Amino acid sequence: MIEVQNLTKDYGHIRAVDNISFDVKKGEILGFLGPNGAGKTTTMRIITCFMPPTSGTVKVAGFDVLDESMEVRRRIGYLPENPPLYPEMTVEGYLDFVARIKNVPSRQRRELVHRAMEMCRVEDHRHMLIRKLSRGYRQRVGLAQALVHNPEVIILDEPTVGLDPKQIIEVRRLIKSLAGEHTIILSTHILPEVSMTCDRVVIINEGRLVAEDTPENLTIQLKGGEMVHLEVKAEAEALRRILRDIDHIRHIEIKPLDSADRLAVTVESERGHDLRSLLAAKIVQNGYELYELRPVSLSLEDIFLKLTTEEETSPVASDQPQQEEARR
Amino acid sequence: MKNIWAVYRKELGLYFVSPIAYAVIGIFLILAGFFFSRILDFFVQQSFMLMMRASQFGMPPQEFDVPGQVMQSFFGVVSTMILFFIPMLTMGSYAEEKKRGTMELLMTSPLTDSQIVWGKFLATLTLFIVMLAPTLLYMVALYWYSDPRPPLAVAASGYVGILLLGATLIAVGHFISSLTESQVVAAFLTFGAFLILWVIDAGSRGSQVLEYLSILRQFENFPKGIIDTKSLVFYASFIVLGVFLTLRSVDSLRWRRA
Ligand SMILES: Nc1ncnc2c1ncn2[C@@H]1O[C@H](COP(=O)(O)OP(=O)(O)O)[C@@H](O)[C@H]1O
Ligand SMILES: [Mg+2]
Repeated sequence: MIEVQNLTKDYGHIRAVDNISFDVKKGEILGFLGPNGAGKTTTMRIITCFMPPTSGTVKVAGFDVLDESMEVRRRIGYLPENPPLYPEMTVEGYLDFVARIKNVPSRQRRELVHRAMEMCRVEDHRHMLIRKLSRGYRQRVGLAQALVHNPEVIILDEPTVGLDPKQIIEVRRLIKSLAGEHTIILSTHILPEVSMTCDRVVIINEGRLVAEDTPENLTIQLKGGEMVHLEVKAEAEALRRILRDIDHIRHIEIKPLDSADRLAVTVESERGHDLRSLLAAKIVQNGYELYELRPVSLSLEDIFLKLTTEEETSPVASDQPQQEEARR
Repeated sequence: MKNIWAVYRKELGLYFVSPIAYAVIGIFLILAGFFFSRILDFFVQQSFMLMMRASQFGMPPQEFDVPGQVMQSFFGVVSTMILFFIPMLTMGSYAEEKKRGTMELLMTSPLTDSQIVWGKFLATLTLFIVMLAPTLLYMVALYWYSDPRPPLAVAASGYVGILLLGATLIAVGHFISSLTESQVVAAFLTFGAFLILWVIDAGSRGSQVLEYLSILRQFENFPKGIIDTKSLVFYASFIVLGVFLTLRSVDSLRWRRA
């Protein structure tokens, strides 16, 4: 449904997005996870035809964002980081306007506006001026705006920022209920958010794609221990027996390498136990040849450190300090 | 067309719930009425004086075209007044959209940039016409109570001139509003630009180019009942230039942070 290929975006000398590629299948919810400044908003602005890419291509429902921009825009509902609201309009008047500029035929307009208000549960407030709504209601009106023309694709940029925990739960439930019929990309810097809502996660950091997996696998990696990759010349079963005796090992994976009876070994240890020197000693003591020993996916761990890994009680306020700490 | 209409009715709707628009129109009409009555008084007195003097010296009464003079002066005053009022109608057109992030909504919707720009332009022009319309009543009154009746053509060409001038100022005002996120800054810059375009012929010492560029100089012939093709071309090209620059400026948002 959405194909991003070798997408790069420069702002002058700053490279905000660096050669990222990913696909989103029809009906899927893709989590777009990354710390602040990772390039999430930039990528979304390119997908939604707000700005052109520096290089690479993006296709939505088979249409190119540059060459067939109008077709793409008709098919996308977009909630930017700050909901694009007119404070002096009523909720219903606003949604009617959005439906018009999204080319909803006049026959269906009323019905679709009502459907969107119902889904986002703002129909009680439909005659109210947006100016008078609380932050949570405004976010819902922003969501309703993204849904009103019943688009195939929905792009949500940090849709839960600034909401209280109850509102967050509601919004997530709503987003989940949209999956299947709609294809959704949701950006966030909050790790638990993706595991709660998304089918698949793309992690970006400093403009680069660093991982793409299911939330379950990523959570295992995070919660799981430290991984070490080894390359050893040995006999597989013998090696396994030796390694098994070491304490604090959780999992051992041994695969033969193509070249010269060497083995690729991945050892997962419990968190906080660095077994590298012990592993090296054991292997050498038993007369095997050790060719390589390196920790795996440290980059990913760095990024997890920068992410917000816990639900926050006041997301906006605690955002900055947490990032600062992570850098130190 | 439908898209222009959607933008147009939204803009106009926002004007009519905004206290600024009501204040601007209200103050404009009060001032315009005040000036109209002063101008009328002045020329009626003048013509009396002329008649008295003529009868004192036993001369035949002089021709003095009171309604014509009133219209000319009135259009002159209105043309100057709108230099102060239009910046307040155009200041928010783009600056507010940019500040609220609604520009991002418009620019990711299936609208072309020129549909957005023309929709907004026509909406402000409509509001300007609404602001001007009640002054027609003064003209009607003048027409009814004058004897002989003043030529309607003069009033008509005066209004054509005011509309062209207004449309030109709106095009410039929209362009300036599209350059900033602050409507206050937009209002000051727009007013400054109008002043420059107004007085540009003052230091000209006969420089034809500068005289040509003065937006009020181009207006002078209209209230005399003369519609000059040169002025029509001048205003039309100014409007097109303003709209074109606004389009460029909106397009450039796609390369910056909105
Ligand atoms: N208009 C811009 N001009 C220059 N740099 C920008 C602009 N917008 C974003 N950036 C930079 O690009 C990077 C990615 O930003 P963004 O896409 O907003 O990240 P995220 O949404 O993940 O927080 C950041 O380093 C940011 O400072
Ligand atoms: Mg962002």
